Amino acid sequence: MSGVSAPEVDLTTHLAGVELTNPVLTASGCAAAGRELHQFFDVGQLGAVVTKSVMLYPRAGRPTPRMAETASGMLNSIGLQGPGIDAFCRHDLPWLVERGARAVVSIAGHTTGEYAELARRLRAAGGVTAVEANISCPNVEHRGEVFACDPTAAANVVAAVRRETAPDVPVFAKLSPDVTDIVTVARACIDAGADGLSLINTLLGMAIDTRTMRPVLAAGTGGLSGPAIRPVAVRCIYQVHAALPGVPIVGMGGVTTGVDALELILAGACAVSVGTATFADPSAPMRVLVELRQALAERGVRRVADIVGAAHRPADEPGLGEPAPSTLPAERRVGRP
Amino acid sequence: MNGRPGPVQVRAEVVATSRAGAYHRLTVAAPEIAARALPGQFIALAVGGPDSALLLQRAFAIHRAALEGPQGGALTGGTVEVVYAVHGRGTAWLADRVAGDSLDVVGPLGQGFTLPETSRPCTLVGGGYGSAPLFPLAAALRAGGCPVDLVLGAASADRLFGAAAASRVADEVRVTTEDGSAGERGRVTDVLPDVLRRSAAGAVYACGPMGMLAAVSAISTAYGLPSQCAVEESMACGIGVCMTCVLPVRGDDGMTRMVRSCVEGPVFAGDRVRWADVGTVPVGTVGTVGTVGVGTVGAVPALRVVAG
Repeated sequence: MSGVSAPEVDLTTHLAGVELTNPVLTASGCAAAGRELHQFFDVGQLGAVVTKSVMLYPRAGRPTPRMAETASGMLNSIGLQGPGIDAFCRHDLPWLVERGARAVVSIAGHTTGEYAELARRLRAAGGVTAVEANISCPNVEHRGEVFACDPTAAANVVAAVRRETAPDVPVFAKLSPDVTDIVTVARACIDAGADGLSLINTLLGMAIDTRTMRPVLAAGTGGLSGPAIRPVAVRCIYQVHAALPGVPIVGMGGVTTGVDALELILAGACAVSVGTATFADPSAPMRVLVELRQALAERGVRRVADIVGAAHRPADEPGLGEPAPSTLPAERRVGRP
Repeated sequence: MNGRPGPVQVRAEVVATSRAGAYHRLTVAAPEIAARALPGQFIALAVGGPDSALLLQRAFAIHRAALEGPQGGALTGGTVEVVYAVHGRGTAWLADRVAGDSLDVVGPLGQGFTLPETSRPCTLVGGGYGSAPLFPLAAALRAGGCPVDLVLGAASADRLFGAAAASRVADEVRVTTEDGSAGERGRVTDVLPDVLRRSAAGAVYACGPMGMLAAVSAISTAYGLPSQCAVEESMACGIGVCMTCVLPVRGDDGMTRMVRSCVEGPVFAGDRVRWADVGTVPVGTVGTVGTVGVGTVGAVPALRVVAG
């Protein structure tokens, strides 16, 4: 279980055929388009920058207050404020490309047609490492827009985005944990052509100010994120990886430390996004990367790819800490050959 | 991001803490931040320790940035001081820190006050501990030859900040309290017109609660004076990524946008902020249905606008 130094650990991972130098990403909506965090560390050193969900048009978002701190978590109701896809492609995407950062672009639409158009514009712009279809933002005007709550609606969006995206650019679908059976939605997305899944978006929550006796958020409800939801993320990733072991999963939900990231990887994630932790610590994604490398070395893990989904292995399977890639069944390997 | 050095994140040692009436002072050793700080900028502190259930930054305006070091030589030290009120568990935790503890600090953040290009009398208005960032501003203005009038107000004497020290940084000082426990009974806005007339003010600067800023801005505009207001919006990150601290502000093109008070602010031209609409997304704001560039593919329900 030892004999591996941190620099020796191979952090290479694959997002459905796209190689990333390491498995630590930003989380959509927690890093804007990378510029602000670049003041604190080189965003090009991350596995990828997952940008804030961009829509077809500029969007003002929700009224304030948009945020409420809760126990080990926070609620937000930003409402997808953003510049729109054209400004994003003019200003943000080239900035990331120039810095050598891999851009995973999150898109959000009101309709399947809007998602398709967003994918077309991204294809025309180029420079995109992967597309994340955010079909699960809880801060939309009505639940009918949360495509990820309905397998058929989710599949339609995914199919449209896949159709309009360059074949060598993977499409990930970001799913909501607020469903009875996330595996059903996950399977529908994969059957519709998704190359991978992002698990999980925020949970719909609410906080009430007991002094004013009114909801804290102007919008009433908001998305819950932070360490409070990490067990939900672990559960969702574990369930989906068990059902669809060959499907690459980007895991997110309350990751604050390298060990947290490791937990999601053990559940089945081949990459991990750092989100809410960035708000209190703008260096969090880079710190998590350093800590993850250290945590793997301490456990004698030479290649992070070897332990993706390791929590699914039988308890009596020996040698987790040994470099034994050949002992991993092929179907548990991540990514395309 | 505008040519000046950006913010840094440092582990900073607490060098002093003290009470100031209803408020708390906190001084941390942070030479890199002190060297970059401009009046009106702020710092963000992580609270609660490594296993804290409190995830969000606490942002505080810089009250004092002091450098220590040989003239022209390498920086040997520097401190940053903030003033805050205990509002909840995060600030209560902060109030328990003692000298020698260390804190995670990010700063300096935001756009500070802009100084006048030519010297002119300036009136500075502070509500509660909102007066904290006005002290370094007053020093900078006087260094530039601007006479400074300082108006400090609060609900009561214990909620005034800096009244005792005010005469050291300002040429004239007026103090108001709503209960009359210090200075004149009333609000800063009751005495502001008189101060502006007497001082022949050429510019107004303010920091304090939104309602006070709205009133100061309106009075300034009525007197034909530019005002710069430092807002205190609720923030999660302080660095521009979370989008929680937005408020409606008119741009040079006359269009209203929801802008981040942490990055585009916290100091705004008073006549650009749509004070009455703070807490809402006003109709016609860039990015609302019906504005330029915002069409729809399929049906989109009307934006829900809720007064905060």
